[in-house]
Amino acid sequence: MSDQDKREVDEISGVETTGHEWDGIKELNNPLPRWWLWTFYATIVWSIGYTIAYPAWPLVNSATQGVLGYSSRAELHREVEQVQLSRSDQTAQLASLDLNEVLADDALRNFAIAGGAAAYRVNCSQCHGTGAQGAEGFPNLNDDNWIWGGTIEDLHHTIAHGVRDHADFDTRISEMPAFAGVMTRREIAETAAFVASLSREPENPDLVEAGAEHFEVYCAACHGFNGEGERLLGAPSLNNPIWLYGGSEAEIAAQIAQPRHGVMPGWADRLGDVTVRKLAVFVHSLGGGE
Amino acid sequence: MLDTSDVERLDAEAVNRAATRQPLYAPRKKIFPKRASGSFRNFKWLVMLITLGIYYLTPWIRWDRGPHAPDQAVLVDIANRRFYFFFAEIWPQEFFIVAGLLVMAGIGLFLVTSTVGRAWCGYTCPQTVWVDLFLVVERWIEGDRNARMKLDAGPWTGSKIVKRVAKHGIWVLIAVATGGAWIFYFADAPTLAMDFLTGQAATVAYITVAVLTATTYTFGGLMREQVCIYMCPWPRIQAAMLDENSLTVTYNDWRGEPRTRGVKKAAAEGRAIGDCVDCNACVAVCPMGIDIRDGQQLECITCALCIDACDAIMDKTGKERGLIAYATLADYNHNMALATGGGAAAIDPARVRGSDGRLLPDARGLDLRRLIRPRTFAYLAIWGLVGVALLFALATRDLLEISVQHDRNPQFVLLSDGSIRNGYTVKILNKVAEPRAVTLSLEGLEGATMLLGGFDMPESREVFVMLEPDRLRNLRVFVRMPPELVTAGTSAFTFRVAERQGAEAASYSAIFHAPESNR
Repeated sequence: MSDQDKREVDEISGVETTGHEWDGIKELNNPLPRWWLWTFYATIVWSIGYTIAYPAWPLVNSATQGVLGYSSRAELHREVEQVQLSRSDQTAQLASLDLNEVLADDALRNFAIAGGAAAYRVNCSQCHGTGAQGAEGFPNLNDDNWIWGGTIEDLHHTIAHGVRDHADFDTRISEMPAFAGVMTRREIAETAAFVASLSREPENPDLVEAGAEHFEVYCAACHGFNGEGERLLGAPSLNNPIWLYGGSEAEIAAQIAQPRHGVMPGWADRLGDVTVRKLAVFVHSLGGGE
Repeated sequence: MLDTSDVERLDAEAVNRAATRQPLYAPRKKIFPKRASGSFRNFKWLVMLITLGIYYLTPWIRWDRGPHAPDQAVLVDIANRRFYFFFAEIWPQEFFIVAGLLVMAGIGLFLVTSTVGRAWCGYTCPQTVWVDLFLVVERWIEGDRNARMKLDAGPWTGSKIVKRVAKHGIWVLIAVATGGAWIFYFADAPTLAMDFLTGQAATVAYITVAVLTATTYTFGGLMREQVCIYMCPWPRIQAAMLDENSLTVTYNDWRGEPRTRGVKKAAAEGRAIGDCVDCNACVAVCPMGIDIRDGQQLECITCALCIDACDAIMDKTGKERGLIAYATLADYNHNMALATGGGAAAIDPARVRGSDGRLLPDARGLDLRRLIRPRTFAYLAIWGLVGVALLFALATRDLLEISVQHDRNPQFVLLSDGSIRNGYTVKILNKVAEPRAVTLSLEGLEGATMLLGGFDMPESREVFVMLEPDRLRNLRVFVRMPPELVTAGTSAFTFRVAERQGAEAASYSAIFHAPESNR
């Protein structure tokens, strides 16, 4: 039998079969449309050129680089550079002007706030919160109560050099002694009642009088006779309702007995001065700047 | 020696033989429309003049809006997100007005189509207008129908090359001018024209002109009627809007048939003679390449040039005009019934003509009053309602607006004196092209004061703010409630912005958050 005779045409559809049969079901031979086939071939040819021109084939530790030398990372760097170039005027001004002049210049201030907000989200929000609202042990940056000062220069110094960052010589540093060994439990409770009374009705009013005496002896040197605090020493003011470690008398007593101290790294080396300046302007703009 | 005498020879032919195989797609047959003349042609010239004039000249019309706004009457300012149209200016959030205009355009098309048929296609569609313009050039250079057909079929002589180059050259020039005019709607026209010619315009301007040049040349010069027949959805939609009282260009076969070439011979033989002398004038002028005598068809754009052509012939043969005419299906059916004796017999032209040889008064002509029907009023009413609503929206548009967003995190801040502070982002929109001085004040929330971020000023309940012309001003506002007045939970109040000089004002309800309890 010749080859031609083997071909079988399906009666119903009039289409040739491939000769394949499963349980009496035969496969019709409907070839792909020609235009489709040629498009497919064209894509194959295109893909060969593409893999030569662009990074494509995986190797053991890397991939072929492509003759055009394209890389998405390099493109990103180029785009970032372009953006930075377009901002170079403002960046230069921000780097050289006095920070108070930056605050006075609407456009420059807004530029710094936008940049600062972005840097804040990446570097600061983990401790101070996404809304800069703080948490126990991490100061709220929206309020007007500053341990180390709330002027733009103070903020800049604090952000640049950190708090109790032992790697930074200019860091903000203070250490309240633990009074657990110095004062009795009763004395500490009395002092705590007095401290609470500076900003509200204390929970144990009968302890306040005795507490005032202890306060004068042990605390006033740093925190001031009225608990107004001393920024030079990093001694927080105690005469307002804002508390870093809680404001109940028990929490105040705990802080007198064994003070906890927060630590913030200095950011100048890591982020560069321009970003630190942006951060300072941003924090200053949150509503508590002085 | 082989003996093949007993091999039967079959009478078979390979269907798909290479020499005879038909291509899948038939190539387009060129159409060579003859120049028509008459009242419809003149009307079309006028429409072309007006529509092209509107398109090319509009961006150059000036409209004084003062020193703080562009003086171009029609301007889509994408960079600043403003749309100017003579007296009106809209911001992006008012784009519903443009959407409303599109609704009006849609209903307007319904109205026009249901009464006078495909008038949009035949007269004002850009495709029709530009094809007409390109045909003017073609006729001017290559001559009328017969000359063009001869040239097209003839060999490539020097003269043919010159003519073809000249024709396509002018077409490209028109296409460039068309694409070029478009970009002036999006920027200050005189400035952009200078920039464009000196090579300083934005790349997107050149790309836009290039794309529109290509489409104009291709659609108007090369594709022509194929755009209407194969690409445009509108002919399909319109079929749904026509009814028996809509005007269409109609071949009145009730008086034209039987069409007769040799009238004298036919008369001598005593045959019935219709008005149509089968001169094919209607076919020769048709830019769509159809024969209107085949009846109403999708390809017919109702440009009415066949009416002009036929009327000229009727004048010559001494018959009434209107063998091809604008007619409604209702009128046509009436006349057809007349000519066929109610459909009982074949068309006999004698039935519609009196003894004097004139058409009987029973034969209906065009009566514009019959085009007005309930449907017309319905469309007109909807169209008018939308228009009035848009005008109302435009006239009562707020020129001073305020919107307020409360800080979500933190919702409130405790200050060292025990007072509670809330932060807000306040946006004040000045939709007037002049700088304005406004007062932002607190209404309600007694005892609270506010402070603006970035401003060196004492706290107060009322602050003075300058607004730039036609701009939005974004403010950070801190509202502080002294400790003795703080109420737990939320309190409602209002931000109000008012002109210092003038009565315009706007308000926005806001919420002040305080801690739920006092510790």
